[in-house]
Amino acid sequence: MTVSQRVFAALTGAALLVGVSAAQTQINGAGATFPNPIYSKWFSEYGKLKQVAINYQSIGSGGGIRQLTSQTVFFGATDGPMTDEQMQQAPGRILHLPTVLGAVVPVYNIPNFKGEIKFSGPVLADIFLGKITKWNDPALAKLNGGTNLPSTDISVVHRAEGSGTTYIWVDFLSKVSPEFKQKVGVNTSVKWPVGLGGKGNEGVAGLVQQTPGSIGYVELIYALQNKIAYGPVQNADGEFVQASIQSVTAAAAAAVKNMPKDFRVSITNAPGKGVYPVSSFTWILLYENPKDKNQSKAMVEFMKWALSDGQKFAADLGYAPLPQEVVKLEMAALNTIKVS
Amino acid sequence: MNSIFKQRELGFRLGTGAVAFCLVLIVAAIGYELVRQSQLALAKFGFGFWINDIWDPVSGEFGARPFIWGTLYSSVLALLLAGPIALGIAIFLSELCPAWLRTPLTFLTELLAAIPSIVYGLWGIFVLVPIVRSLESALPSSLKVLPFFAGPPVGVGMLSAVLILAIMVIPFTSSVAREVLRAVPMAQREAAYALGATKWEAIQAALFYARTGIVGAVMLGFGRALGETMAVTMVIGNNPQISLSLLAPQYTMAAVLANEFTEAADELYLDALIEVGLVLFIITLFVNAGSRLLIWNMNRPATVRKPVPAAAAVGASA
Repeated sequence: MTVSQRVFAALTGAALLVGVSAAQTQINGAGATFPNPIYSKWFSEYGKLKQVAINYQSIGSGGGIRQLTSQTVFFGATDGPMTDEQMQQAPGRILHLPTVLGAVVPVYNIPNFKGEIKFSGPVLADIFLGKITKWNDPALAKLNGGTNLPSTDISVVHRAEGSGTTYIWVDFLSKVSPEFKQKVGVNTSVKWPVGLGGKGNEGVAGLVQQTPGSIGYVELIYALQNKIAYGPVQNADGEFVQASIQSVTAAAAAAVKNMPKDFRVSITNAPGKGVYPVSSFTWILLYENPKDKNQSKAMVEFMKWALSDGQKFAADLGYAPLPQEVVKLEMAALNTIKVS
Repeated sequence: MNSIFKQRELGFRLGTGAVAFCLVLIVAAIGYELVRQSQLALAKFGFGFWINDIWDPVSGEFGARPFIWGTLYSSVLALLLAGPIALGIAIFLSELCPAWLRTPLTFLTELLAAIPSIVYGLWGIFVLVPIVRSLESALPSSLKVLPFFAGPPVGVGMLSAVLILAIMVIPFTSSVAREVLRAVPMAQREAAYALGATKWEAIQAALFYARTGIVGAVMLGFGRALGETMAVTMVIGNNPQISLSLLAPQYTMAAVLANEFTEAADELYLDALIEVGLVLFIITLFVNAGSRLLIWNMNRPATVRKPVPAAAAVGASA
């Protein structure tokens, strides 16, 4: 055996150990942390069906958009749709494809108070602006007619780090309160007029559970899994709706009528019956005409599976599945992606 | 024969020199890269970045002053708290501790240094913060008029951050200080005893001899406190405001970087965050240069009267 033969043999051996098959398609993606649990589930389930290995790095929506724009990953994922400016900076046309829905809920901690507190958008906006500072404020008392709320000070808790959860929350508050829109605005991180910053859902929930008189916001999944009490929020039709898988899916169904072709739509404060108003899509971002057509074909097939069979995994993980009407529109959009 | 040795000597010198020079290159490269990547923010805000109080990602207005304040305030307070404790541990372990207790105690203090900072952070949220909150609630109202204790007792805030930083800094400072004290020649202490010094006076002599090393140990702790991220961000409250109050939630440079970097999508925002990194880098360089100067200043007179300290310490207390 010559040296080069030995090296070759060693390399072949290593290749056999590492790569199970050369036919397997590798796809890399990066982005939002919020849908990471369902995406991980999908990628592992789909890997059992097809020779496709999808690697997903949950580095945050901002990071996902940056990496997609610089084409270091094949697909991105985001909780807030890309802005027109960001779309222009990308080297090609990018499609937004909603995958599942999430919701954000107000959580609170009032000592010696066991009841449920109802909220409306304007009242929540005033609390997070620091204008309503006591739990027995007349505006809160009016929503909760008959409930005896204490005169405790309100401590506001918000997310410290940039997050899709914050985006959904401030997007809703900006829609219902012009003052909130003007003073705070919509982004994954904002300049909060009042409050403490907790790190992550667990940080916010921890602070709320420990601080008497506090109010914060966390993802619905987080509140469900950790059995944290949260209040219903008044929707555009005037109903008080508790967040649930059904009321979040209803919000998406209500938005179908006005769905823009590129799916870049905010469904917070959507009109309709039984709609939970602080709901949002989360999107996967794909180039319409990617360089690697093999990957493109595999990815489109995966997306079709995720939007049909994959949806059944959503509810168990606390995400609301997409309504059929949205899936139909997306299937048509997927067919416009170049695969050869 | 001789020339081979000379060659080896030269090779050794060049080799180690090159490695040392790499370090300089790395520091310079970090500085260059930070400046290059923060061009947009540097051009737009200039020096105003250091003194502006507003950090608003939505409107694109960025100033780092609250973060600079939070970083320096928390680190200085943590150092004031940790310094004496760490020094006490070091003196006890090197001078007073019975031999059978020394190894387990040393092991325990060094174990503190090995705990990951996220663990400190979670411990902070779930154990330290509630304790701090009840302490803050129990503050007598006569103290509440002082600016250091203004504001509602929420638990998270400067005080929790300072306490957690102090706990994290103690093992670093104390183990270096202990090594430094152990390196003090026995002759120093023996000389003190020979002059009739008590144990405390002999320790003073040893401390005086080891002072540059001790300052170095303290500065090492300060550097660690300046850069600490995860544990601090979990308990400091993350609110960019400048306040003397220990009860107020504040923010540090390392914490804002860790919190906002992943979701920063637009260019100016990203550049502003990298400029925060640049500011932290510059401040760290200045702190280190300052401590070098301090040590250098302490050493100069000492070279003139090296044998004096033991006698001087005894004389001073006599």
